[in-house]
Amino acid sequence: MSQTQTHAALAGAFIKDEERVDWHDGALWFIREKRDKASRQIPEWEQLREAASQIKSNVISNLHEYLLQFEANLKKNGVIVHWADSAEEHNEIVYSILKAKEINQMVKSKSMLTEECGLNEYLEERGIEVINSDLGEYIQQIDNEPPSHIVLPCIHKRKEEIGELFHEHLGTEKGLSDPTLLTRVARKHLRNVFLTRRGALTGVNFAVAETGEYVVCTNEGNADMGAHLSEVQIASMGLEKLIPQKKHLSIFLRLLARSATGQPITIYSSHYKKPRKGQEMHLILVDAGRTRQMGRIDFRDSLKCIKCGACMNTCPVYRKSGGLSYHNTISGPIGAILAPNLDMKKHADLPYASTLCGSCSNVCPVKINIHDQLYKWRQVIVKEGYAANTKAMGMKAMAWTFSSPGKLTTAGKTGRWFLHNAPFVINNRFNPWHKQRDMPEAPKESFGEWYIKNENEKNK
Amino acid sequence: MNTREKILEAVLKNQPASTPLPDIDLFKGDNTELVQKYIDVFKTIGGNAVSADDITAVKMFINQNFDITKRIVTTVNELSDNFEIISDTIDPHTYADVELAIIKAHFSVAENGAVWLTDEVMGQRIIPYICQHLAVIINAGTIVPTLHEAYQKIGLGEYSFGGFIGGPSKTADIEQALVLGAHGPLSMTVFIIK
Amino acid sequence: MTVGLFIPCYVNQFYPNAAKATLELLQKFGVKVVYPVKQTCCGQPMANSGFEHLSQGCNEIIIENFSEFDYIVGPSASCVLHIKEHLHSDKNEKQAAAIRTKIYELVEFLTDVIKVEKLDASFPYKVGLHHSCHGLRGLHLSQMSELNAPAFSKPRYLLNMVKGLEQIKLDRLDECCGFGGAFCVTEEAVSVKMGKDRVTDHSKNGAQYITSSDLSCLMHLEGILHRNKSSVKIIHIAEILNATV
Repeated sequence: MSQTQTHAALAGAFIKDEERVDWHDGALWFIREKRDKASRQIPEWEQLREAASQIKSNVISNLHEYLLQFEANLKKNGVIVHWADSAEEHNEIVYSILKAKEINQMVKSKSMLTEECGLNEYLEERGIEVINSDLGEYIQQIDNEPPSHIVLPCIHKRKEEIGELFHEHLGTEKGLSDPTLLTRVARKHLRNVFLTRRGALTGVNFAVAETGEYVVCTNEGNADMGAHLSEVQIASMGLEKLIPQKKHLSIFLRLLARSATGQPITIYSSHYKKPRKGQEMHLILVDAGRTRQMGRIDFRDSLKCIKCGACMNTCPVYRKSGGLSYHNTISGPIGAILAPNLDMKKHADLPYASTLCGSCSNVCPVKINIHDQLYKWRQVIVKEGYAANTKAMGMKAMAWTFSSPGKLTTAGKTGRWFLHNAPFVINNRFNPWHKQRDMPEAPKESFGEWYIKNENEKNK
Repeated sequence: MNTREKILEAVLKNQPASTPLPDIDLFKGDNTELVQKYIDVFKTIGGNAVSADDITAVKMFINQNFDITKRIVTTVNELSDNFEIISDTIDPHTYADVELAIIKAHFSVAENGAVWLTDEVMGQRIIPYICQHLAVIINAGTIVPTLHEAYQKIGLGEYSFGGFIGGPSKTADIEQALVLGAHGPLSMTVFIIK
Repeated sequence: MTVGLFIPCYVNQFYPNAAKATLELLQKFGVKVVYPVKQTCCGQPMANSGFEHLSQGCNEIIIENFSEFDYIVGPSASCVLHIKEHLHSDKNEKQAAAIRTKIYELVEFLTDVIKVEKLDASFPYKVGLHHSCHGLRGLHLSQMSELNAPAFSKPRYLLNMVKGLEQIKLDRLDECCGFGGAFCVTEEAVSVKMGKDRVTDHSKNGAQYITSSDLSCLMHLEGILHRNKSSVKIIHIAEILNATV
């Protein structure tokens, strides 16, 4: 991978505009604070997290049984079930469903899975137009940019930039940037899309094995506007979205929106069970690397994720570098522990895009040990040979120095000598620390030297 | 081996030893002051909560606060003299010009202001999403404290489609500025009948 | 009881006053302290970079130097946490396990083992407390802001005993400073931006000193403060608790 594609390089570019970074950072921190306020209104919040975590662990450890149960109930409900091993197979299935009905325009509500699979591009190449109906995703689509945040797709864009996009693509007045007015224009435009599209695709927030129904959560109502007017409704779902029983929805729906945005619930939590009369309903169960992640003992808990984005909102690195610097559909802390499983070479830098502060693990509604997994992925990445050669050499040198007290004392003394007498040897442009920070002052003697001298004095 | 078998085999091979489900029946809500709690929460999410003695009061409120020259539809039989009853057999697209839809909810939830609806009370699934303004009638006695009690009431559910609706549609996608009225209704009014 | 004094490698070289203050403070409470002179490093820099397998040498040196003591105390939450979580040995696992249970960071040793109730210390300045992430979320020295749980803070408890000291209130209680080990150079831009933001929070809220249990955080913040010619200084918490008129 070329140097310009790493998280560090992309983050460096993002940070150059300090005013924008402060604005982006402030916006996401505000959402973290809203989440805190909402969680403190529920005295049993920490017990809810524990229960959610245990439910999801039970799901992962009994997934085979739940998948069979879910499939049987889906069929009873009249839903057509498909299985897709890979992103490519998923896309082929969607295409074939639409082709069979001669549908060449589809409206899509939020689905990170389909973003991961590159569905829109696949369909467009085959003459099927796809429109993202979630406002944030629509904005990203007309800008030809992927979403930067899984819940807030264009959180990195200023309203003036969005106004410019609307002027270019929807013919609004140049310079119009008022959010309400822009939203009204999008409402009108997308309403026409909903009313004319025969095919609609949604994601799945939770799928209930016990009843064969699935729940889709939105604030905009776009999933329902698409689905209830469509002839063919498709739901794309990662295997791990299952929950065992209907009543478990109470735990997850109490946690999801509060964790994501601080709302008590999303405006719409729609439970899709059976097709409308005259309508076809399809559900695609997708693996695309999930069973492989299941097989990784240290990382399988990442599959408990309910895609709330709380980890992104709290992560200081994410807030100050932006989701697009993670070069993966799912970004931020959770992205950093999911992505190396998909492509370890491409995403070897992501587990290092962190200070291991642990804030993410403690806002996660299902208690994924994200920061532990980041540490463990680093060991795997080095073992599999994806660490830079220079880093490995530097580490070996460090280990050699630390392996003997004598060597370390010499190294320490030498470093301090240079800082005192010839600081330019260390304080130069080859030292990345020195770019924006001063090195610490070099004391005349180390603590060890002082102690030994002191002890000798005492013993005289 | 087809894809289905391949995936199921991979799942079986990779899943760890089973861990138990927690007992979630110990999660319970507080049953006090439910009406006030519901009203407070519903207002903070931008909804309009109106206490009403009966359906007649609801009728009066609608006549006074909505443009009755526009298309108003309902599933409530007591309102059939004044407003159009929703048909569940015609093409849902024909409801695109509905200004106001008035429906009844099964119950509502105090902790999040949401009402629970199924296709049975919606008339047509599209109705509560496609209308410009939504009005929902609930009985005060059917308000439950949390989603735990809500799902006890819903049970496995006999519906083909159901949904919680917790206020007017909204988005904050443009610079986190809250805008009421995204793709669903611009406003939501809940009538609480004592 | 005899305490083995664990002084992290960079504290030894660059911040000997913090180490001296730690020693003196423990001795004030009647603790017999021994400093094994042949210690090196806890191994965290390698392990956090993915080279856990290269830190075996460090592990053995720790076991060799510290097995004999009743307790091991060090003025660094991150190094202590690392040893607590990652000290293992193929040859001496029993000693490693013992060390993991008896190693303490200084503040928690004072509150939990010595059970300090008053301090003869004076530091009449406005002080900002920086909760190092390892100390906070790793060692639970204070309650983290993410959890819906009762508030508590061991460092605050001790700082409250210091005469004349005023603790300032921050906009963001416990956001990471951005040091993060090798992160401070591999992701230099983000690291410095995070540090700058923490420094701004402290200085705009009136801090004259920023203190912490972790000199790695403080070294990073100090580098930014000095480069920007700020009058705000950093000081390890041991030096505050040991400060007399």
